[in-house]
Amino acid sequence: MNAIVEVGYLLATVSFLGGLKFMSSPKKAKTGNLIAAFGMILAVICTFLAVTDTPIPIPNLIIVLVAIAIGTLLGRRMAYKVEMTAMPQLVSLFNATGGACAMLLGIVEANQLLTGSGSLGTQILLLLGLLTGAIATTGSIVAYRKLSGKTKDNRSALVVFGSRILLVLLLLLLIVYFTAIITMPFSVFCYLIAAVSLMYGVLFVLPIGGADMPVVISLLNSITGIATAFAGFVYGNKAMIAGGIFVGAAGILLTLLMCKAMNRSLLKVLAGKFKKSKNTGEEEEQIVKSVSIAETAVQLSFANKIAIVPGYGLAVAQGQHLCGQLQKMLQERGTQVDFIIHPVAGRMPGHMNVLLAEANIDYDHLKEMNEVNDDMAHYEVVLIIGANDVVNPAAENNADSPIYGMPIIKAYASKQVVVMKRGMSTGYAGVSNDLFAMDNCSLLFGDAKESLQEIVNQLKLI
Amino acid sequence: MEFIQENIEFIYFIIFCVFIGIEIIANVPAILHTPLMSGANAISGVIMIGAIIMMFEIPEDNYVLLGLGGIAVFLGALNISGGFFVTGRMLKMFNSKSKTK
Repeated sequence: MNAIVEVGYLLATVSFLGGLKFMSSPKKAKTGNLIAAFGMILAVICTFLAVTDTPIPIPNLIIVLVAIAIGTLLGRRMAYKVEMTAMPQLVSLFNATGGACAMLLGIVEANQLLTGSGSLGTQILLLLGLLTGAIATTGSIVAYRKLSGKTKDNRSALVVFGSRILLVLLLLLLIVYFTAIITMPFSVFCYLIAAVSLMYGVLFVLPIGGADMPVVISLLNSITGIATAFAGFVYGNKAMIAGGIFVGAAGILLTLLMCKAMNRSLLKVLAGKFKKSKNTGEEEEQIVKSVSIAETAVQLSFANKIAIVPGYGLAVAQGQHLCGQLQKMLQERGTQVDFIIHPVAGRMPGHMNVLLAEANIDYDHLKEMNEVNDDMAHYEVVLIIGANDVVNPAAENNADSPIYGMPIIKAYASKQVVVMKRGMSTGYAGVSNDLFAMDNCSLLFGDAKESLQEIVNQLKLI
Repeated sequence: MEFIQENIEFIYFIIFCVFIGIEIIANVPAILHTPLMSGANAISGVIMIGAIIMMFEIPEDNYVLLGLGGIAVFLGALNISGGFFVTGRMLKMFNSKSKTK
């Protein structure tokens, strides 16, 4: 029996690996997801097989089966019910449940170890799993609340200071316990660590602002993976270790990728800080041209090659389907319509891609910034919807700007830029956008969705 | 030290996993960032099998621990099923388009 279980776990591990590999290629991604899911089912079955040697108490078995059933059904329901625009929140929420699972596991195991049977190594692993799990839990919940607009960024000194205090407290607690300066039962100590970690998770994510969310979500994801790996170590279960580590490593890589796309170090993102902005002093009145919907529609109808740069504003306005409609109408007229997507547009890695995919936009027309930046001049009209910092030329030519050095989409290099905006507010970075004052740029004020709808209506008439 | 010696096999295993994990998703196109993250999130739900192993070890009259463990299993299952289904749903959107083309 044991051999079967071992082989099963091995297969599961390989499935995770293959699943992840396939998921990094667009054509095979769907298969990859299925393979990984298959591996997971296999791993769960093996777990049941592994314990059949010793009789399992019936109540325990019932609780486990019921919990799995409810969890699976609820998860499925949530996954199918969610609006595509609410995807970042949901992924965040699921991450919180994984973290919470790791945390509870640590707490329960700590109580099991009450008799003192656990070695020092096991204790440390349990604690680390507990700690990372707890941070991931509350961190993800705060991220979830922020993404759904229920919690605002809080960058007050108290929060930033508090999070540092808690971090120091965590370290102190660990030192005090393991050097046996203060002796206390292991389980009590675990509760303490859990409580502090939970609080730390909250304060850790609270100051991190909107546009940095992709980084944080990806990081929290990675932390849950690491928590899983720690727990796997405690049980000596290779499928858990491998799964956890893959997720942890992949998450870290994705996090760093996001940071690179913003030209900011991970530490700066986590500190919730931008370089001190010199902007406040030199805020000159920008002279901008505004443009009407009718004019925009005319411009679009005469152009042969159009680019649309979507940003978080498009997600907020839920204008993705209208974008798709617009693209289709223009394509029927023989116009080429590309979407240019900045790596950190939106609030989750790849947020815009998912959003536009929902609107049935063919991914051949989704361009990455590097593909098109060199021949931006070929675009006759660039329509910017709800994006700001990612097209701000200050990132290239103003060394004082907080976003200086961030790679941007060179929208300014095109023949004509139309920016759809609600008002003259600045983007997330709080920097005014020089693009708006350029000669080839005009602004179309109003709600993105309403404006798009109007443009579509007008185009029908032209 | 003793601990490291005892678990040296696992430590090797972990180091290899780290490198494989990084290697395998290097060069992932931006279009797949979200599904990949969400899929990875689902995989981290493998923590549930830890919770199951643990549940089988809890004495059947310890209701507090059983309750906590049950919640842990439930949360793990939620993570797994939600993660995979949501990823599947996202990827379905990507795929349906290449067919219509």
